Amino acid sequence: MNLHEYQGKSLFAQYNLPVSKGKVIFNPNEAADACKEIGGSRWVVKAQVHAGGRGKAGGVELIDSVELATKFAEKWLGKRLVTYQTDKNGQLVNSILIEECTNISKELYLSAVVDRDSQKIVFIGSSEGGVNIEDVAKNSPEKIIYQGIDLNSLDSQEDAITIAKVLELDDMQTKQFIPMIENLLRLFVEKDLSLLEINPLVINENGDLHCLDAKLNIDSNALFRQPELQEMYDESQEDPQEAEAAKSDLSYVSLDGNIGCMVNGAGLAMGTMDTIKFFGGNPANFLDVGGTATQERVSKAFKIILKDPEVNVVLVNIFGGIVRCDLIAEGVVAAIKEVDINIPVVVRLEGNNADLGAKILSQADIAIHSINNLAEAANKAVELAK
Amino acid sequence: MSILVNKETRLLVQGFTGSQGTLHSEQSIQYGTNIVAGVTPGKGGQVHLNRPVFNTVEEAMKEEPNASIIFVPAKFCKESILESAEAGIKLIICITEGVPTLDMLDVKKKVDNLGVRLIGPNCPGVITPGEAKLGIMPGNIHKPGSIGIISRSGTLTYEAVKQTTDLGYGQSSCVGIGGDPIPGSSFIDILKLFEKDDQTEAIVMVGEIGGNAEESAAEYIKNNITKPVISYIAGQTAPAGKRMGHAGAIIAGGKGTAEDKIKKLTECGVHIADNLVSIGSKVSQVLNS
Repeated sequence: MNLHEYQGKSLFAQYNLPVSKGKVIFNPNEAADACKEIGGSRWVVKAQVHAGGRGKAGGVELIDSVELATKFAEKWLGKRLVTYQTDKNGQLVNSILIEECTNISKELYLSAVVDRDSQKIVFIGSSEGGVNIEDVAKNSPEKIIYQGIDLNSLDSQEDAITIAKVLELDDMQTKQFIPMIENLLRLFVEKDLSLLEINPLVINENGDLHCLDAKLNIDSNALFRQPELQEMYDESQEDPQEAEAAKSDLSYVSLDGNIGCMVNGAGLAMGTMDTIKFFGGNPANFLDVGGTATQERVSKAFKIILKDPEVNVVLVNIFGGIVRCDLIAEGVVAAIKEVDINIPVVVRLEGNNADLGAKILSQADIAIHSINNLAEAANKAVELAK
Repeated sequence: MSILVNKETRLLVQGFTGSQGTLHSEQSIQYGTNIVAGVTPGKGGQVHLNRPVFNTVEEAMKEEPNASIIFVPAKFCKESILESAEAGIKLIICITEGVPTLDMLDVKKKVDNLGVRLIGPNCPGVITPGEAKLGIMPGNIHKPGSIGIISRSGTLTYEAVKQTTDLGYGQSSCVGIGGDPIPGSSFIDILKLFEKDDQTEAIVMVGEIGGNAEESAAEYIKNNITKPVISYIAGQTAPAGKRMGHAGAIIAGGKGTAEDKIKKLTECGVHIADNLVSIGSKVSQVLNS
């Protein structure tokens, strides 16, 4: 689960990390008061969306009057911001962060992730931060340091000094950096983060380190023990179909083809999409209906798949594990009737009692293409989708 | 021979009396697996499926289990895995999906230090056809034979199993290592075991997008594995930046694509099944060449 910048910065503040004085607003008429409360005569206004590349897309501005803050809020609130990281529809802006202005003398990069290879939390740092960090990674990888932290020792001072050298920090900045790494590590562990990115981490005009952005991702598996973070969930940032599927405990990702897919198991769901592509078709979605493909779950899955107007055929691919195929077949037939589907449905059932399952499908009083062989079933779906 | 589990395996079930624990224990017993005891805190002293139930793993150790399978809810898995590991069990299989990643970072380090082999979490388990089933896979699609199967996904494993059974090869053992970012065992851990196992003539490795476990395995295979390895990688049509069901199946920062994995595997001499439906025929082709 992603957090907005303002939410991430509120966590940063809790962990004594240097962030700008700021205020989040949800309505243009709050802009003027927010500016006055922050004080000063120049502010940064930042559209809050779960995507990077906001600056280049016009979602971040430097302003020098209260009126411009209101104008910026009027321009963006309720609109969608399209950046190079979003799809063509962009992300809904429903809040704006107004901050005091920071004079930057240098932009650095700092992030932390759970590294699968070393099985450690790894900090990634570079002396060249800012909007072009992806180019740095590509063209001058030697300017980036990857420092794994041993969680058992809980002493990150040596690691911090190693990273500080690559960031080309002076002695005073290194003294600020050591507790910064310690606090970030504590935040990472205590809040079950899977990603933390500060880009840019800046050196301001006084030579002090300062966190100018905050991108945080929480491990969804750990949300049960992070009630405070659960509150920060912003459904408007998710694909509406994906969000609805998630509510029914179905894993769904929308794609741009026309063959709807309903599969049990995440790996097989990807494999089914690939098979459709292999035979010349285009999958409309990834959907894992889960281990127990009951009528209720299958109905919900059909409803979600059919919300996509591009879908003109559905391929159901179920490898019955413990659950018998005849029971699954009965569920699929009942679900098709319940949802009242008027496009072709191809069903491939394999596993325990597959023959009995196929019989139930072919004897149903609705049109189902029951094909036991996956290659043939995929081919049939591709043919029907043309 | 086979790997990890066989007729001698004496299994302890953690989360024995819950609905999942009960369903899959029944199926395993039916398959011939020797379940010696179960653990459910608060239900010690009861008898379930004709097996004794204990409150703790330590108490259950008097039934001399040498492997444990875990069905407890995700939030208790860390505690359950460590409880078994500290009680002296050397093979732990965690079926549960949704264990927090930071729990696994900690668990992985501890089980490694104790010399415990952990399989999973978020996996279908391990089966040695005809001998023992420690997991949630359908037993009837398996057949004793010569192919070792390792996979990050449950139902994809079943596809590979079905195809190798239909062609008459059967399986020595099948291991689901799970779809999480920090698995207890890697492809390499299991490849090592299959390489040493006499019964295994060829290895099928089913991978998917995300991370670089397949790339690391490819490098290992090139230098250490003499048996033919056939691989299928799922997620060739998956978009970047989206989690495809499994917590570990995500293309992040342009890394972990199926294309990169297939390229690396090919370079390292692994035979690629370019399609889910051709895993079995690729095995035939490789073994007959």
